[in-house]
Amino acid sequence: MFTPDNKDKILTGMIWSAAVLTMGFLIWILFYIVSNGIAYVDWSFITDDYTRTGDEEGIWPMIMATLYMVLLSISIAAPIGIMTAIYLTEYAKPGSKLVKLIRFCTEALAGIPSIVYGLFGMTFFVVALGLGFSILSGALTLAILILPVIIRTTEEAIISVPLSYREASYGLGASRLYTIWRVILPAAMPGIVTSLILSIGRIVGESAPVFLTAGMVARIPDSVFDSGRTLTVHLYMLTTELYTQHDWNMAFATATVLVLLVLAINLITKFITNKFSKATY
Amino acid sequence: MKKFAAGALALMSMFTASSVVAGETITVSGSNSMTSLMEVLAETYTNKTGNFVEVQGPGSSAGIRAANQGTSHIGMASRAVADSEIEAGVERIIMANDGIAIVVHPNNTIENLTTEQVSKIYRGEISNWAEVGGERAPIVAVTRDTASGTRAGFEDVLSLKQTIAGKKVSAISPRAQVANGNGMVKTTAGQNQNAIGYISLGTVDESVKALDINGVDALVANVQNQSYPVARSFVLMTGPKTPDYAHAFVEWILSAEGQEIVAKKGYVPAK
Amino acid sequence: MSEVNVLVQKDSAQEELKSSRRRDFIEHAFHALFLLSAFIGVASVITIGFFLVKESLSAPLYTGADLARYLVEEEGQSIFGYGWLPDGVVGTIQMLTNSTWAPPAMYGLAPMIAGSLAATGLAVLMGVPVGVLTAIFLAEIAPQRVVNVMRPAIELLAGIPSVVYGFFGLVVIVPLIETVFDVPSGASILAGSVVLSIMILPTVIAVSETSLRAVPPQYREGSLALGASKIYTIFNVLIPAARSGILTGVILGMARAVGETMAIIMVMGNTPAMPQGVLDSAITLTANIALEMSYATGVHASALYASGVVLLVFVMLLNGSLMYLNREKAK
Repeated sequence: MFTPDNKDKILTGMIWSAAVLTMGFLIWILFYIVSNGIAYVDWSFITDDYTRTGDEEGIWPMIMATLYMVLLSISIAAPIGIMTAIYLTEYAKPGSKLVKLIRFCTEALAGIPSIVYGLFGMTFFVVALGLGFSILSGALTLAILILPVIIRTTEEAIISVPLSYREASYGLGASRLYTIWRVILPAAMPGIVTSLILSIGRIVGESAPVFLTAGMVARIPDSVFDSGRTLTVHLYMLTTELYTQHDWNMAFATATVLVLLVLAINLITKFITNKFSKATY
Repeated sequence: MKKFAAGALALMSMFTASSVVAGETITVSGSNSMTSLMEVLAETYTNKTGNFVEVQGPGSSAGIRAANQGTSHIGMASRAVADSEIEAGVERIIMANDGIAIVVHPNNTIENLTTEQVSKIYRGEISNWAEVGGERAPIVAVTRDTASGTRAGFEDVLSLKQTIAGKKVSAISPRAQVANGNGMVKTTAGQNQNAIGYISLGTVDESVKALDINGVDALVANVQNQSYPVARSFVLMTGPKTPDYAHAFVEWILSAEGQEIVAKKGYVPAK
Repeated sequence: MSEVNVLVQKDSAQEELKSSRRRDFIEHAFHALFLLSAFIGVASVITIGFFLVKESLSAPLYTGADLARYLVEEEGQSIFGYGWLPDGVVGTIQMLTNSTWAPPAMYGLAPMIAGSLAATGLAVLMGVPVGVLTAIFLAEIAPQRVVNVMRPAIELLAGIPSVVYGFFGLVVIVPLIETVFDVPSGASILAGSVVLSIMILPTVIAVSETSLRAVPPQYREGSLALGASKIYTIFNVLIPAARSGILTGVILGMARAVGETMAIIMVMGNTPAMPQGVLDSAITLTANIALEMSYATGVHASALYASGVVLLVFVMLLNGSLMYLNREKAK
């Protein structure tokens, strides 16, 4: 029965069913949320202010707070993460104590639960550094949270750049820095962009560390020192207080917007990646 | 905790610094279950006077602390505040009353429970609906998180307290499920045929069934005439540092206009 | 004429030297910058560890040790290590093994530790095989057109906020478990781990796929040229070669599972009692922190920080053992 041929068939079947299962879950969740929420998403829902008297139930302040949070976290974490990955792959002696230490810490950061980041952000950024419940405190906390994702994925992307590229560049007399800048980074760019997509997803999706550090005031932040409520925190607040059918509709509508937002981010990034890789090769 | 107070302080200074509305900013913090009512009052008041009201809901204990330390102008507690808990100069003002409804799935055949039965269910001593006259099915008790004012009110009213190692702790069975909001309790009770939960009377609707307690209907009128046993007060606290414009807000809440909003939101007016 | 020539040559030599020095300086400066960046991660770990430990210190001393003293002296119980081990150690053991969480008297973390481990373990058991097989599908089997659709779809799955998963779990999976297993309440470890296993899929898939694709094509070609089947090549050549990357995906997935808070709060029932099975409700360390942090003060808050430290130690042990494993196999 277990001839190599049969075994192959069984394994192929398993691979296919895993893929179908993954896609099945995705479609199920998306369909469930969007079909329940899309009817309540209209222009005024997105652009309206949010007031507790019920006059306006829009999500504009939350969208702006989310945008600030993503931009600030990424602009703090991306340079640090990419430079760390460059150091680990291009400069450090592989297997040295230093590399082991850095790698251990990166893995440890990746494993630290987000709620612990929340606790830390609250004690360190909010209280000890006196930044208060603000977009800045939230973004600094989230920047550390996404650092390991950026480092790891960028590293893998840089490693997968063929050695021959480096050799050719050095052979032509290019310096190490020039090689990194002009040869390795462009070749690794799709991988780096992937890491940024994963990070944005993480930022948009986090709730616990965000409301412990950035607060939950439903107003458009004037500056990074203002408190803000991201879309996800807003959805969480809505789900704990679901009373009427109308509350459910608003929660589903917010969830739909979140899902569509993530979809839009992904599509835009894909578009940029495609352009980038065409320009390089 | 010092850290928390410092955090709250930082939070308050944030708000005053970031306020874009002309006029004064009144800070209110405390009971989480009072925030939804307070936010409506606050916004109506802001539109009326131009004075901005910031509402934060970390919990009743935090509200008492904020009033004691003067970190907020007004503290909120959704339970009885003992004399020993407040410092000299802090005033307690009842702004509304709230009944706690004991809710079950609409299909549950039970109509009435005594306070003792409810208490035993939450202590874990009664675990089957048959023991209280219902169908033979296990009871799924749903409680709130310990930060909740509703839980504190519920434990107070039903004396769900016990003493371990010389300290007073909750007597609610650790096997009771914990939900993190009124809405979550309602969702669970509305979905699970075996569930029992407790929520603010103001938030009951047709998705769940509110039981009679000791033969008294869970109705606003019965809370007002104090015949419904599972009820509590919403308390505001002002301290010596509370400025006049914050006192004016409290007075407005107690006025006919403020109390009308209280009633409209499903709570029981104080006056 | 010749003098001028020499001068020019000298000049250009100096220019070259100068510019090469400048280049060297820039190279060194960037080297230092890269090194500095790499240390930010290290500094973060140290700062996080320091603050958590500092905040959590009073918990074992003032609850565990005090409680142990009370239990021994007032109730005549025997507490391990009491009298001959330092208070802090007795308190720590008491905290980790006691199964009663009743603030402000007792702070036993055992039910939360059990809940976190059970939910994470079960989620990995269900999620990792599906994730790795899907990664294989994407990297080796699926035609490019399918990959172009599936990869963004999976990235979308990663972007769906955990609150949405929790919401979905609460309304769909919890009632489903009630019906299928005929239990009084579907809010259980099983419900939690089903939600978690879906949530870790994107991480496991993305990292595994990247590492599968990073396997040099010669491996694949060599194996196929020797007459091995495609499936044989995948399972006996590619997976072993990509093992370190796949394990990384599993670690990151586990990290996501063990750290997940909001979705878990909504589907697991949060009962602070020792769970009796996978169909029983349970609370995780993370859920307990999120539920109680907003109002906890003093020793209670410290006990919640201590839960954070337990999570941290768990993650460190996990990472340490996997790093050790990878190193051994690399040799």
